[in-house]
Amino acid sequence: MPAVSKGDGMRGLAVFISDIRNCKSKEAEIKRINKELANIRSKFKGDKALDGYSKKKYVCKLLFIFLLGHDIDFGHMEAVNLLSSNKYTEKQIGYLFISVLVNSNSELIRLINNAIKNDLSSRNPTFMCLALHCIANVGSREMAEAFASEIPRILVAGDTMDSVKQSAALCLLRLYKTSPDLVLMGEWTSRVVHLLNDQHMGVVTAAISLITCLSQKNPDEFKTCVSLAVSRLSRIVSSASTDLQDYTYYFVPAPWLSCKLLRLLQCYPPPEDGAVKGRLVECLETILNKAQEPPKSKKVQHSNAKNAILFEAISLIIHYDSEPNLLVRACNQLGQFLQHRETNLRYLALESMCTLASSEFSHEAVKTHIETVINALKTERDVSVRQRAADLLYAMCDRSNAKQIVAEMLSYLETADYSIREEMVLKVAILAEKYAVDYSWYVDTILNLIRIAGDYVSEEVWYRVIQIVINRDDVQGYAAKTVFEALQAPACHENMVKVGGYILGEFGNLIAGDPRSSPLVQFNLLHSKFHLCSVPTRALLLSAYIKFINLFPETKATIQEVLRCDSQIRNSDVELQQRAVEYLKLSSIASTDVLATVLEEMPPFPERESSILAKLKKKKGPGAVSVPDLEDGKREGGELNGGGERGPDSAAMSASNASTPSPSADLLGMRSAAPMSAAPTSAGSLLVDVFSEAGPAAPSAAVNDDGFLRDLEPPTETSGLSSELQTPVDSPFNASSRRFVCKNNGVLFENQLLQIGIKSEYRQNLGRMYLFYGNKTSVQFASFTTTVSCPGELQSHILSILRATKPVEPVVEGGAQIQQVLNIECLTDFSEAPLLNIKFRYGGALQNLSLKLPVTINKFFQPTEMTSHDFFQRWKQLSQPQQEAQKIFKANHSMDTEVLKAKLLGLGTALLDDVDPNPENYVCAGVIQTKGQQVGCLLRLEPNGQAQMYRLTLRCSKDSVSLRLCELLAQQF
Amino acid sequence: MMRFLLLFSRQGKLRLQKWFTPMSEREKKKIIRDMTTMVLARQPRSCNFLHWKDLKVIYKRYASLYFCLAIENQENELIALEVIHRYVELLDKYFGNVCELDIIFNFEKAYFILDEFLIGGEIQETSKQMVNRSIEASDMLQETMEEYMSKPAF
Repeated sequence: MPAVSKGDGMRGLAVFISDIRNCKSKEAEIKRINKELANIRSKFKGDKALDGYSKKKYVCKLLFIFLLGHDIDFGHMEAVNLLSSNKYTEKQIGYLFISVLVNSNSELIRLINNAIKNDLSSRNPTFMCLALHCIANVGSREMAEAFASEIPRILVAGDTMDSVKQSAALCLLRLYKTSPDLVLMGEWTSRVVHLLNDQHMGVVTAAISLITCLSQKNPDEFKTCVSLAVSRLSRIVSSASTDLQDYTYYFVPAPWLSCKLLRLLQCYPPPEDGAVKGRLVECLETILNKAQEPPKSKKVQHSNAKNAILFEAISLIIHYDSEPNLLVRACNQLGQFLQHRETNLRYLALESMCTLASSEFSHEAVKTHIETVINALKTERDVSVRQRAADLLYAMCDRSNAKQIVAEMLSYLETADYSIREEMVLKVAILAEKYAVDYSWYVDTILNLIRIAGDYVSEEVWYRVIQIVINRDDVQGYAAKTVFEALQAPACHENMVKVGGYILGEFGNLIAGDPRSSPLVQFNLLHSKFHLCSVPTRALLLSAYIKFINLFPETKATIQEVLRCDSQIRNSDVELQQRAVEYLKLSSIASTDVLATVLEEMPPFPERESSILAKLKKKKGPGAVSVPDLEDGKREGGELNGGGERGPDSAAMSASNASTPSPSADLLGMRSAAPMSAAPTSAGSLLVDVFSEAGPAAPSAAVNDDGFLRDLEPPTETSGLSSELQTPVDSPFNASSRRFVCKNNGVLFENQLLQIGIKSEYRQNLGRMYLFYGNKTSVQFASFTTTVSCPGELQSHILSILRATKPVEPVVEGGAQIQQVLNIECLTDFSEAPLLNIKFRYGGALQNLSLKLPVTINKFFQPTEMTSHDFFQRWKQLSQPQQEAQKIFKANHSMDTEVLKAKLLGLGTALLDDVDPNPENYVCAGVIQTKGQQVGCLLRLEPNGQAQMYRLTLRCSKDSVSLRLCELLAQQF
Repeated sequence: MMRFLLLFSRQGKLRLQKWFTPMSEREKKKIIRDMTTMVLARQPRSCNFLHWKDLKVIYKRYASLYFCLAIENQENELIALEVIHRYVELLDKYFGNVCELDIIFNFEKAYFILDEFLIGGEIQETSKQMVNRSIEASDMLQETMEEYMSKPAF
């Protein structure tokens, strides 16, 4: 098995994938897959409940099989089950499966929606994002119905995490696109617009897509976004290349967001507010200026990002079409790109100039580049670029350059790629008609078109030439002469025969005076093509023949003979047979007058939209065609009505091979992979930022920590201590100090003589403890002394200074109470408690008491609130074995929830809700403040009510603290 | 918006498919076929953009893999090209010197990374750090949760 699996590699999956890869044939692959499917099916059906991991693995395998292109008809239920797993990867795979193989099975949708609902309300940002991604990926109507009202709330809620906001914005956009009726922005509108002001660039980037789409649909309601977008853009454009940190892409500040902002502005007319407009024009100028600056990096990513913004800015300038200065600058900039060495830029410059050509301000400026564009058409290696050049020539064409452009396009057509020929033909035909000053040029051009690219001349094109010839008597003679000459060629295209048949049938008389084109010569020429032609063309020729009989009575006998011949009058094609029979009969029965009426010259066609234009429009979508209507168009670009009046198959043809790849292209397009820089991540930072609240002192402390800990002896109970004591600390005393782990005030000690109360308060690593000694007897205590000692190592760990508020009273009267204050400073963590030694005489007997003071490490806790996400991140960072301490113990006290919560709060930590997937469990976090360092601590307490047991787990950034806290707390519950 | 993203090898083997709009399996298969034949037939040093039906197709080759992204007609080609590059960078950062095999064997991760980067055909987060943080956090969270939850019962 290759060792390429990452993260939680699912070994079974990797084995399966490599099996598939090793299959020698498609059959072997199918066999292996079927075996696997059978295996998975039996596992799913088996009696044994599958654990989450196996379920995940099998669902993932099914997904893999599906993505290979095989059908999957089971496993959906198991995937849905994974959605409610608490394990992130299981959930994730479940969602992935659902997103890829969504099924309209209503029962499942209900279950899926339920799982999504749970995750959306989990307040766990990672789970929420997964659920939102799923909605966006599926985007079905049912999901829109279920969540369209919930998501805007998540999007604008103040406490939503940024990452969730980002997902929510785009999820909402997706639902809006599928079911706009269900997404009602109303009350949210202004808050959504104001996301443009969000501090987090990622939120703005995601939100702007939503805002752009909503603005397109409801421009008035979202109008306020214009000024916000302008000021955001202005801030980005004027920022230094490093200001935006990770949102700077190869020295270009926020290119994606900039493009999106410029696109949003294209939904609106230029800002009316003068100040806003001024600011925007300034931005656009800055962008144009930056294009002239030397690049900050040689990487193509840098120039791409920079130019992406430039092109988008140019689009906006063209959209406004109101700033002549900017338009001309844009045009000059694009002119530079026309000769750039980057093919991509040449391509885009050609494309962008096409739209620029339609502006009256820049049309002339675009025209100055005609030679460069013609050159591109001739010399570009890449067919896509040549096509853009052809488009631009078409767009920049006007009366002044039409002849040149049409000639260039015609000559390009001879070698043009098959994929673009049809479109080229249409364009040439349109330009020729539109800018024809004399129609002989037009006729020549169309006949040339047919000669050069006959196969690509659609019906619309030759219909159109006939319409025009019929409507203009000044060109009819010329047309007849030219087409007659064209038909002389030994091999001529069938379309030429059609045009020739039609025109000679109508206007052959105009050239009949010349003996070289006498009626009979004309007829013989046409008829010589007859047998090579298809049925429709033959039918057309038969009509031409009957027209000849009318035009030239001298041809009647010859033509009747042709019609009478078996191949016509008994043709197996009904249409041809019928024409032959009818025309023959007509020519024999009808008088000359009748014949002349029936076969009169065609009346002029009504002036109408060119059917070619309609066809090109259909091919390219609107916009592409209206371009040449810029000036002196006979028709309004916007009102084109499809005039494909006679071509039943025109639609089929127009859908044809625009995208067929050039067969000559070779497959070895080598382009080396761009070098990818792997930015080194600073290692060993785990400890440093365990707690971000730790402040500037933390890093150095944490670094020291490591070495320090290694030197440290494993913490042991200082067993020698008790022997030094005159009175051994007996268990009741110990028990009493235990009571103070979770509280600060109370009675520390009490016997018949003496009661000691304490009150304590802690801040940071400092504490102050008030000790109250009460004499319960009526007799005075004499020689009353108290000392606090820190045995052994403790001295260096804790500083405790005992001082009396009043000068030390050696005498405590009967029934009286004296008070002492103890100041405590925690220098570093500790496990032993300081000892309080009390000596006094009572009725002559020396009393000697030794007590442990209830100063425990947890007193220096600062609570830390954190999200589940952060909790687990820190939990993970504290995963060295020594950092964890765990104890399983029997419950000694009530397991009541409120009691437990009070204890945990008393501990000094923050009690975190919604962190542990199991709601029975308790999770806490806090930082222990010592003089030199801060120790982050995480705590998890799992009660097991049935067994009356607890499991306590501690993870701290310092091993000794974990151990100590674990010991301390195990006695508390 | 983006309509779909395909990753395929020089041999035309599909390695990743992401559809940002609903589409039938038949349509998908046709598009995959069209894209692979179209893109694989391109000459070296051609431009990275193609027109296809009413969409723009932006493609780029990285080592043995072609990344092929279809965007709507009014969208910006150059920035789409950098969308591809950023995705490659994200994969590279996650896998460390990513290669085709990584994507074959960890296809689900490639999808997860994509989901953090793009949603519904729009950009969710462009910052490499942010995307990676959430991916790594997910990975971490998953491992931690597994370990956290999988202590033997007591």
